[in-house]
Amino acid sequence: MAALEMRDVSLTYHPAEGPVPAVRGVDLVVNAGEVVGVAGESGCGKSTLISTVLRLYPKSATVEGEVLVDGENVFDMKWNRMRAVRWGEAAVVFQGALHSLNPIQRIGNQLTEPILLHDKNATEASAAKKVRELLEQVGLPARHANAYPHQLSGGQKQRIMIALALTCDPSVLLCDEPTTALDVMVQAQILDLLKGIARERSMGMLIISHDLSVLASNCDRIAIMYAGRVVEQGIAGELFAQPAHPYTRALMGAFPTIGDVESRYSPSGLAGDPPFPGDLPSGCSFHPRCPIATDECADADVVLKDVGPSRRVACIHVEQGAVV
Amino acid sequence: MSAAAEESLSTEMVVEVDDLHVTFSGREGGTARAVDGVNLAIRKGEIIALVGESGCGKTTLARTILGLEKPASGEVRFHGEPLEYTGRALKRYRKNVQLVLQDPTGSLNPRHSVYEAVAEGPRTHGMVDEAGRVARALSMAGLRPPERFFLRYPHELSGGQRQRVVIAGALALDPDVIIADEPVSSLDASVRGEILALMLKLREELGLTLLVVTHDLGLAWNIADRIVVMYLGRVVEQGPTEDVLSNPQHPYTRALLSVVPEMHGVEQIVLSGETPDPTNIPSGCRFHPRCQEVRDGVAEEAGVLAACSTIIPAILPPSIPIGANVADLSHEAACHLVVPPPSA
Repeated sequence: MAALEMRDVSLTYHPAEGPVPAVRGVDLVVNAGEVVGVAGESGCGKSTLISTVLRLYPKSATVEGEVLVDGENVFDMKWNRMRAVRWGEAAVVFQGALHSLNPIQRIGNQLTEPILLHDKNATEASAAKKVRELLEQVGLPARHANAYPHQLSGGQKQRIMIALALTCDPSVLLCDEPTTALDVMVQAQILDLLKGIARERSMGMLIISHDLSVLASNCDRIAIMYAGRVVEQGIAGELFAQPAHPYTRALMGAFPTIGDVESRYSPSGLAGDPPFPGDLPSGCSFHPRCPIATDECADADVVLKDVGPSRRVACIHVEQGAVV
Repeated sequence: MSAAAEESLSTEMVVEVDDLHVTFSGREGGTARAVDGVNLAIRKGEIIALVGESGCGKTTLARTILGLEKPASGEVRFHGEPLEYTGRALKRYRKNVQLVLQDPTGSLNPRHSVYEAVAEGPRTHGMVDEAGRVARALSMAGLRPPERFFLRYPHELSGGQRQRVVIAGALALDPDVIIADEPVSSLDASVRGEILALMLKLREELGLTLLVVTHDLGLAWNIADRIVVMYLGRVVEQGPTEDVLSNPQHPYTRALLSVVPEMHGVEQIVLSGETPDPTNIPSGCRFHPRCQEVRDGVAEEAGVLAACSTIIPAILPPSIPIGANVADLSHEAACHLVVPPPSA
């Protein structure tokens, strides 16, 4: 059984201006011990996708499909059960580590709180012991339990956020842009740490990021989202070596390989801007920006199809067997 | 080789920075030496990438070049003239040296239309033909036809378009130099290339000089002629982009390069810890406590280990062209392994 499984998940927001379909039919599996990355630009629905796992979306939003955490559909859960699953079975490392910690509470207190709330058998002493272990696991000295957030650097705070998410031994860890606000060197440290934790605890991990290059070297599998849909999905190394969807290819081109003579003095980008999810183009949502679009693309509703042994792509111009 | 690099270098210096020191007094009485002895010469039409981790002093250096910080010692010269720190002189100077910041949403007043945002500079400087200037600047920044954007507000634009408006605001003053602080790091990946291409185009068409402050070595590879790597207030390596990135000399540059996620097949050198504190700069080479060559015994084998923690590497001179081509620029590193200390 997968740690996390999404089956045809859709989520639509309903602001006064009319419905905004932010996620449209996403299938995704994260197995225990596996790191899965979701990449896409702002507005592509990746954060909304994470919000469906713990039902963190606004009440007015409508959802469809199934999200299974350890085989149990979160959309069917009673409120009490949902509260136990949040943090207990699936936890989130949010983007703004710098603002997610309480500035007037010692780190140790912030870490023991969820342990005492979720585990009926926990005592102050056992929780404190666990906090020391967690701090060590995320590479911080145990004495940091006595520190206040302002005494720590950005990278250290992000480590605390990871420890915080691990307090109740979840089986799924959802990371929303875990390294975006951090420096390059610290970013590499944090990604190493996350990968190690997923392996050690054989936990399922879902990392979302706008930076494909961050995911490529740290995930087992990757899904690329555009306008609320997954447009390409495959094994990280293979996808990076041989991207098939024109959008994936454009994203890869945006970050040059240093040493590649062709990209010197010629940055490559994609004309136009990502579409607003409330007003999507007809047919394939990517066709107005696509370098290989034809007339057909504006009509056909494009769905994911297998194009190789472990690759699925949503593009009518990518043939079966295009990826080997 | 690209057309830009084949061209001979202009020998005209636009901005020169001479032994610059910028200090801030810290909360607990200490003094933070944010920029601690930097030399830099920027030629007309050059694109320079100033790279380093946060806290290395790259933004302070850029702000000092703009006249936003006053140096503790050393000087900034513009076309050979030392910067004067009077209101009138700075106003005149800033018409020529413009700033573009990381986050276009934060740079734009949400209640000002695109026209007002771009017209603010020319109006402040009492320039004639305001509407014409705004239209030309917008169209140069790739917002065409410009009239269509005049009355729009920032919230109606995408992130990429907002950054183009900010760039247009700078262009409206016909500056000689644009200093861009992380110009694409808050933009979506697909938009990034377009903005970088715009910067190259502006250099080509207007002869603009660009100093790009960034942590992104990929960006440097994409557009910069020259790279200047900073660590804790000092330049540790400088040279033509191709040389520095394909043959990095300083251990810090090698570490920075190895963590660029695209570098497959290169063993990652993940430095422990974060950039140390500028109020408490280590003795000797300021990088030695984190240096992988010290940690792995390479410095000891080379017989410079003692020097690493006691002798301060010489401050690099401004990179001056040996010949007339970009490729002839000297490539230097402030490291005892590269340039043995006098005693060794």
